[in-house]
Amino acid sequence: MTDYPDGVPAVSLHGLSYHFNEHQAVADLDLEVRPGEVFGLLGPNGAGKTTTIRVLTTLLPLQEGAARVFGFDVRRRKMAVRRLIGYVPQQLSADAALTGRENVMLFARLFDVPRKERRPQVDEALEIMGLTQAADRLAATYSGGMIRRLELAQALINRPRLLVLDEPTIGLDPIARGTVWERVEELRADTGMTVLVTTHYMDEADQMCDRIGLMHLGRLRAVGAPEDLKAALGPGASLEDVFRHHAGDTFEEGGGFRDVRSTRRTARRLG
Amino acid sequence: MTSAARAAPPADSVEHALTGRLAGWRLPSRVATLCLLELQKLRHDRTELITRAIQPALWLTVFGTTFSRLRVIPTGNVPYLDYLAPGILAQSALFIAIFYGIQIIWERDAGVLAKLLVTPTPRAALVTGKAFAAGVRATVQAVIVLILAVLLGVNITPNPLRLLGAVAALLLGAAFFSCLSLTIAGLVLNRDRLMGIGQALTMPLFFASNALYPIALMPDWLKWVALFNPLSYEVDALRGLLVGTPANLGLDFAVLVVAAGIGITTASALLGRLAR
Repeated sequence: MTDYPDGVPAVSLHGLSYHFNEHQAVADLDLEVRPGEVFGLLGPNGAGKTTTIRVLTTLLPLQEGAARVFGFDVRRRKMAVRRLIGYVPQQLSADAALTGRENVMLFARLFDVPRKERRPQVDEALEIMGLTQAADRLAATYSGGMIRRLELAQALINRPRLLVLDEPTIGLDPIARGTVWERVEELRADTGMTVLVTTHYMDEADQMCDRIGLMHLGRLRAVGAPEDLKAALGPGASLEDVFRHHAGDTFEEGGGFRDVRSTRRTARRLG
Repeated sequence: MTSAARAAPPADSVEHALTGRLAGWRLPSRVATLCLLELQKLRHDRTELITRAIQPALWLTVFGTTFSRLRVIPTGNVPYLDYLAPGILAQSALFIAIFYGIQIIWERDAGVLAKLLVTPTPRAALVTGKAFAAGVRATVQAVIVLILAVLLGVNITPNPLRLLGAVAALLLGAAFFSCLSLTIAGLVLNRDRLMGIGQALTMPLFFASNALYPIALMPDWLKWVALFNPLSYEVDALRGLLVGTPANLGLDFAVLVVAAGIGITTASALLGRLAR
């Protein structure tokens, strides 16, 4: 990124650990995300992906280690970090009681977009996400894929340097999944913004991410470009083979009740 | 492609935005934003305004008119219905505020709260905004109850300054009770439990106040409860401002401001638990 001195990573985590009471959710995580790349955190439910993201976005307090976004410490410079981030949580989190436009306008205000620029910027963000036609309908009438795109519009209004997407395609049908990724890819191509995404879909990580980090039981097991990771294992290896190789385990659900609950809730809201 | 997506602020301007004019503006700006949000939601769904008007309407028409005939409650030189109306106004505001925490638990479960917390909004500003948004909803509700009271023949002041004062009392009262609700939400983190606690609280708060009868009529122990119940001061202020009974407005507003301040501080401290 030209605005930043060379060598400042978009995200840098050093020795990051996080525990909920007895449960160690993230253990001694070291990770750097380069400016402008699409970086995927890949792992089953309960791997520690969401906890990592929540520390990075200032939602959880930093317990151990260091975390920086474009050089800003997430503990000491919370407000600066938040201005640099556009965040889309796992759940479908648009407010159903508001129209699409009102949903985006809310975030324009919360991010202090100057009054004169609000309207054109909101219109623009809605247009980029293909929601102009539906802008004045209540979000309650939107499909799951439309709500995701609305959330991307909300996250975009801030002109973030770092877009953080937590399981952006969970519960979406294949067509909606494709559309969401298309928009993210377009955005990245046009703006050069860095994208940090968590997913447990191997195929998505394989196709969409420049580099991926494999997480399992709170630890980062491998980092690299999908093709490099696969090539290192031998011809014809799939990402799933790579995961099995590094985690020494099958790629199965390890999530707690809360994960299951929120996934179900997302599915129900999409129903 | 478009500029909305293109030009992100460089780090320096992020710094500038934080140290410049914006920092001081953030609290009023966030409060205004969240109050506006509440009005937008009300505009889209007005049914709640109607259903929530039923109970105060019954208190006024059934309870109020019956007790007016009994003449057992000494209310000085004002008719009982006039005495009762500000109490019911405060009660309907209390009901709205005390269940306000349900909304934040819903927002938590739906991921909305997480998104709000990742905006450059200090937690105290978010809570203050929510507190006054509850007040906005309570005030809109109060207008309906007030119109009903006037239709029933209650002598409400037309003085705009006194009406504004009543709105201020309602806002402060709703701020305190909604923060009480947010505090409980932060402690129990569960909608059903919050519903139960809210329901267990509303009636004692209502009966242990001067909403239905003067504090002087109460047994001593209840007088003490009423003395520590911010609802009593809200009702006293509303009654003094709207129907002109003798009121200690200075004390009333002082108690309400302090209570709202304590509520906002406590709820802000517990908001982090909801983010987890």
